[in-house]
Amino acid sequence: MKKSGKNKKDENTDCEKKTYKAIGDRQNTKKKNVYGAIAGVAAGLANGLFGGGGGMIIVPMLTTLLKKEPKVAHATAIMIILPMSLISGMFYAAFGNFDLRIGIPVGAGVIAGGIFGAFILNKLSSRWVVVLFATVMAVAGIKMLIF
Amino acid sequence: MDWLEYIWYAAAGIAGGVLGGMGMGGGTVLIPLLSIFYNVTQHTAQAINLISFIPMAVIALLIHLKNRLVDFKGILYIILPGLVACVLGCYVARVMNSEVLRRCFGGFLLLLSVFQIVTGLKKKNKK
Repeated sequence: MKKSGKNKKDENTDCEKKTYKAIGDRQNTKKKNVYGAIAGVAAGLANGLFGGGGGMIIVPMLTTLLKKEPKVAHATAIMIILPMSLISGMFYAAFGNFDLRIGIPVGAGVIAGGIFGAFILNKLSSRWVVVLFATVMAVAGIKMLIF
Repeated sequence: MDWLEYIWYAAAGIAGGVLGGMGMGGGTVLIPLLSIFYNVTQHTAQAINLISFIPMAVIALLIHLKNRLVDFKGILYIILPGLVACVLGCYVARVMNSEVLRRCFGGFLLLLSVFQIVTGLKKKNKK
């Protein structure tokens, strides 16, 4: 009798623990969804207003706040950015900003370059390459901002 | 427009594509490249980047889906607000003059680059 009573108590605390964990998980998921929505809005604004850069907001958000692995974060970011680019691209084209004579050769180049880039990804993407690249981009940014 | 010009444009695409494929943000290369060296207006450069990203992204996505690298959990909470913001961004860009938009883009690019440099250097300290 005594033993079974003790077991029952254990079961109760176990049950409580599970409930607390479930509540905690739910709050955690809610929090994560709010973070996700904020990052989504930021990436969407960048995508619509600047025509790109959304991935550079989504990827760090996925790795730091949602604790996803870098590979998963990159793949998931494409899944998130693709519908945004589709919508923005349609709006830009509808507003008459797309130029086929430039768009076709550039697009063909992007595909060819993209395949090549994916192949050399593992060989070159050390953090120094990233830092060097970012520095060049910072200079480009300053030039566009000021001149 | 002659053939040389087409090849010249394709070269810009290749540069953007290589860096995009390496995961360093293709748009952040292609747009400044077209804007600074090709004298394409900011709006057109952005439109070209958005549209040329689509076929590349579809190919990459198919490969990632096959390798089960895409995590769909909670993804709609990111995409749906993002799409609304997207449309808003498009309309804001539309009413902006190309030069003003170019300067704003420059500021945005500078911010992203500084962020990337800082995180890149931090990683080094950890190791």
